[in-house]
Amino acid sequence: MLLIPCPHCGPRSHIEFTYAGDATLRRPADDAPLAEWADYVYLRDNPHGPHREYWHHVHGCRAYVTVERDTATHAIVTPGGEAS
Amino acid sequence: MYSFPRLVREAFRRHSGWEPTWRSPEPKPRYDVVIVGGGGHGLATAYYLAKEPGIANVAVLEKGALGLGNTGRNTTIVRSNYLLDANAHFYEWSLKLWEGLSQELNFNVMFSQRGVINLAHSDAQRDQYRRRGNAMRLNGIDAVWLNRAELARRVPLLNCSDDARYPIVGGLLQPRGGTARHDAVAWGYARAADARGVDIIQNCEVTGFRIEHGRVRGVDTTRGFIAADKVALAVAGHTGQVAAMAGLRLPIETHVLQAFVSEPLKPMLDTVVTFGAGHFYVSQSDKGELVMGGDLDFYSSYAQRGNLPAVQHAVECGLAMFPSFSRLRMMRSWAGVMDMTMDGSPIISKTPIENLYIDGGWCYGGFKATPGSGWVFAWTIAKDEPHPLNAAFALDRFRRGAVIDEKGAGPDAKAH
Ligand SMILES: Cc1cc2nc3c(=O)[nH]c(=O)nc-3n(C[C@H](O)[C@H](O)[C@H](O)COP(=O)(O)OP(=O)(O)OC[C@H]3O[C@@H](n4cnc5c(N)ncnc54)[C@H](O)[C@@H]3O)c2cc1C
Ligand SMILES: [Zn+2]
Repeated sequence: MLLIPCPHCGPRSHIEFTYAGDATLRRPADDAPLAEWADYVYLRDNPHGPHREYWHHVHGCRAYVTVERDTATHAIVTPGGEAS
Repeated sequence: MYSFPRLVREAFRRHSGWEPTWRSPEPKPRYDVVIVGGGGHGLATAYYLAKEPGIANVAVLEKGALGLGNTGRNTTIVRSNYLLDANAHFYEWSLKLWEGLSQELNFNVMFSQRGVINLAHSDAQRDQYRRRGNAMRLNGIDAVWLNRAELARRVPLLNCSDDARYPIVGGLLQPRGGTARHDAVAWGYARAADARGVDIIQNCEVTGFRIEHGRVRGVDTTRGFIAADKVALAVAGHTGQVAAMAGLRLPIETHVLQAFVSEPLKPMLDTVVTFGAGHFYVSQSDKGELVMGGDLDFYSSYAQRGNLPAVQHAVECGLAMFPSFSRLRMMRSWAGVMDMTMDGSPIISKTPIENLYIDGGWCYGGFKATPGSGWVFAWTIAKDEPHPLNAAFALDRFRRGAVIDEKGAGPDAKAH
């Protein structure tokens, strides 16, 4: 089980959360070229190692939490905080 | 050559005459084609390439030992019961290759067409499955609808009563689907490719690509640089990581999937059954173990190990279907890492880098694709253009908006 540090609820089991993927993606401007939108929607760095990601605390405070987790070991490297 | 007379002869001389199934050559400095990844897909690709006239000089580079990736970790379900045309045609071609594979390779891959049944538990699900069954039949694929009474006869241990947690309405059966012996697929292709001169090089990890003027020239490996005219990736769950070394960003997230087996039992289940009110699939191996799988763990991971909640979910589904499983003991569980694509369909494609090709994005279901994928990938590499069967699985389909979203789940890798 992964222990996800929630800034509101403390460390909680990952089954209370829904994983919401890469937290480093930035939404392009509304009028950005289509190719830029396609990259945003579909392409991922998918790193082997530290990964900044969102976890949605659906069965808790319902906040989106940012966490840095190592995808090779599952270790939580640095607890983030509330998603910006 | 494996044959009955040979077996008898060896039996009389204490099996002293068997040779290694494939050679273990030193890597040559240069190959026409280097295939990265010695799982089923890489080995099948090498085999079909070596059958192609004019291509003799092929190597498969494997970072560990053959077939210890997802080939050796999967639940071995083989089927072609797809709704969308691109998937239906491709997987049906693969299924046809399965049907002749043991003969083709002179190696028993134990392909067993015991049928695959998808259970439906609501009227809406029944309509959706019947629609898929009809689409399959229009595509020339076998599909049979079973009502509850027929299911109860076909799978006696299934809880077909009204007081099941999710009462069963019926099921979609593909009679030609089934299972195969996973290791034998890797070994059979390896042996047949080796016999056609392919160099299979184990313990050789690709650590980088040499790319000049937009064209690949070779690979750096833990055993030195190897030059190649063409480089083809078949690294399953590691496609994103390996492609990143060539500067490519892919529509892939890597996720972990578990499987587990029960203690061995007498024959009790002679088909493959999948649950429709949760994600669970089960069959019985020739050794008697129930082979079971369920959902992803649902967070990106390159660790070949999973967590208990995913096992619990699968077991709960299994017990809802088969209450008699409740007293079984689990014997082993393990996990593999898989490329989950943004539309749930694979990528068998050229790339923006000349002479670099990708076969990946197999999500939950690439074992059944092994022969078909090797076949079309070999074509794609040899002719530098896709075969009509894999043209739709191009890498650029995401930019073109031509996604193949069998489940209709949208651009969320873990949802497919
Ligand atoms: C638990 C589980 C259950 C599954 N169940 C089914 C099922 O029932 N039916 C089905 O059809 N599919 C199933 N699958 C999916 C299927 O196993 C895979 O899609 C398929 O095996 C992938 O292709 P492969 O056989 O070539 O992969 P692999 O056997 O994983 O081969 C890839 C190889 O590439 C090597 N490699 C990686 N990086 C490098 C590098 N840098 N240099 C050199 N070599 C490298 C790896 O070591 C590995 O051996 C399942 C998968 C899992 C994990
Ligand atoms: Zn919380």
